[in-house]
Amino acid sequence: MLLEIKNLHAIIKSNGKEILKGIDLSINAGEVHAIMGPNGSGKSTLSSVLAGNPSYEVTEGEVIFNGKNLLELSPEDRSHEGLFLSFQYPVEIPGVSMSNFMRAAINEHRKYKGLEPLSASDFLKLMREKQEYVELNNKLAGRSVNEGFSGGEKKRNEIFQMAMLEPKLSILDETDSGLDIDALRIVAGGVNKLKSSENASIVITHYQRLLDYIVPDFVHVLYKGKIVKSAGKELALELEKKGYDWIKKELGE
Amino acid sequence: MDNIVDKVTNEDYKYGFTTDIETEVIPKGLNEDIIRLISKKKNEPEWLLEFRLEAFRHWQTLTVPTWPHLSIPEIDFQDIYYYAAPKAEVEGSENKEIDPELLKTFDKLGIPLHEQKALAGMAVDAVMDSVSVKTTQQEALAELGIIFCSIGEAVQNYPELVRKYLGSVVSHTDNFYAALNSAVFSDGTFVYIPKGVRCPMELSTYFRINAKGSGQFERTLIVVDDDSYVSYLEGCSAPMRDENQLHAAIVELVAMEHSEIKYSTVQNWYPGDKDGKGGIYNFVTKRALCKGNGSKVSWTQVETGSAITWKYPSCVLLGDNSVGEFYSVAVTNNYQQADTGTKMIHIGKNTHSHIVSKGISAGHSQNSYRGLVKVVENASNARNYSQCDSLLLGDKCGAHTFPYMEVRNETAIVEHEATTSKISEDQVFYCNQRGIKTEDAIALIVGGYAKEVISKLPMEFAVEAKNLLSISLEGSVG
Repeated sequence: MLLEIKNLHAIIKSNGKEILKGIDLSINAGEVHAIMGPNGSGKSTLSSVLAGNPSYEVTEGEVIFNGKNLLELSPEDRSHEGLFLSFQYPVEIPGVSMSNFMRAAINEHRKYKGLEPLSASDFLKLMREKQEYVELNNKLAGRSVNEGFSGGEKKRNEIFQMAMLEPKLSILDETDSGLDIDALRIVAGGVNKLKSSENASIVITHYQRLLDYIVPDFVHVLYKGKIVKSAGKELALELEKKGYDWIKKELGE
Repeated sequence: MDNIVDKVTNEDYKYGFTTDIETEVIPKGLNEDIIRLISKKKNEPEWLLEFRLEAFRHWQTLTVPTWPHLSIPEIDFQDIYYYAAPKAEVEGSENKEIDPELLKTFDKLGIPLHEQKALAGMAVDAVMDSVSVKTTQQEALAELGIIFCSIGEAVQNYPELVRKYLGSVVSHTDNFYAALNSAVFSDGTFVYIPKGVRCPMELSTYFRINAKGSGQFERTLIVVDDDSYVSYLEGCSAPMRDENQLHAAIVELVAMEHSEIKYSTVQNWYPGDKDGKGGIYNFVTKRALCKGNGSKVSWTQVETGSAITWKYPSCVLLGDNSVGEFYSVAVTNNYQQADTGTKMIHIGKNTHSHIVSKGISAGHSQNSYRGLVKVVENASNARNYSQCDSLLLGDKCGAHTFPYMEVRNETAIVEHEATTSKISEDQVFYCNQRGIKTEDAIALIVGGYAKEVISKLPMEFAVEAKNLLSISLEGSVG
């Protein structure tokens, strides 16, 4: 098993409010899991907690990733171990070029694996190769990280970084939000090209739309900090048609 | 951000060692006899002694400036050695063999002084305490008519040139520390580039304070004649000591018609420990006179060291169409204080100036930008653009901006922009998520912030400056 989440509880550090109230989820290599749910159900919190965002604190439960206790690892070591988060709102880092940024990231990953840093020419070659996955052009290397990027470019840039780092588990947090249909197709195309029997993805989304392009093996509904329903891809269509109210009814609310 | 800034420690200062070498000092304190003694040690002509004495008499009428946004403990000017000369040469050696200890010291600082090991494309004047130890590449430069030597040597060999320009840009009446320096100055560098010569290599001076209880009062004078160019770089460091040491220098630049001077500084004086104990007081007057039409001077500084910094590298734009530039990154951490900036004085017609100041404050430090843009009545079509940015790491440090504008000509266009920002937790986490640890993430973010200034430095120093930035901020976030 690639990822096993057991009874995960987490709070917001600044106000102590509990957002995740006992999550259980198992993911095998080769699988795509979609997590859906109404606003405020804890979808983004789950991705933040898995990536080790210091704004949250885990109060109970355990997460085993690739045989290791994920919660004991620093955010950078989670990355080195193969966990990748495509951010809902990628931050801008003015003055830091994408090539400098990615080179630092790639070389840290290599160092973790006991490999020598990549030479400048090999690195640029790799960058050129991977930026084609999401149809970004050669100017990318010199542009500052996310600065002046359109909404669509930011999301494509996230998938580009995913292609560079070749993670075992990718968490795509609302990657479809703010994308027009063309950008959505490019982003999803990139994700699909990267899919293999060795890796897995968690696709967090509000809408069925993205799942037309990235077809999930499982769909989970997150509601009030818990996974309340899991099924195959047909669940997404049902949610699209009926909204979330029927789930609330099923739960007796 | 709080949890990122909580841990404040201090990275070891890499250059804090002391060289054990026999050093000749004269008695502590300052009076006319001391000045006569310094002048005699340096075998100076009568006019220079008079220059010193006049400055000293003026200095006695002055009091320390109190206008900077700095808290400076009282300095006992009678408790300083004003002259400390390491015995540079091996006694009895015929061809002025340099003491191996000194060579070792400069090697350790990354400044090889052996001619055969000398850095390619660069000539170095190495100054320790009050004397110049060695100047490299002099012969190659002399073939082009370029004079590059210590100011003491210049006084002996080119007295007319020195006499003509010394004090012509910064007079001894300019300020308290300028008067003090004019009275007691010891070695610094003299550069003269003759007409129509583009200096083929970087000229540089490395200043090292070594002796305990001494101050360093160097004087640098660079004169670039018509249609010529020079790029000059200064670096500096000092041992780690609990006491504060005073460094009060004067730098004067003169640019003739259509000439250009690029002056870069990487300032890394000992900043004191994490509790603010010890460190150098860096009180320096630097000014350029763009004398000729179409002349240009660029100051680029990366300031990471010193307990207290007080300096305003300035340009007097006298020639028509002359250009002055100031690019600065000033980093303060722990209890460091900096009050730094520039003055651009527009006098000629169609003069332009450009100011980019990037302050970075961390720990309990205070970082101020202070700048004056002055346009006199006859300076038609003057243009100035100033950009002052402050970056704060944590919530216990301070960043301040004091821009002054005096514009007396209505054709002038003067623009000033200022921003203050913080490194956000989100930026750091974003880097972490990609596998970059927090220390490296901060270095990356700060490097990006300072890029516009760093890129103005000569190539090899840009790398050094970037490293220096990250070392200076190491431990400021956890």
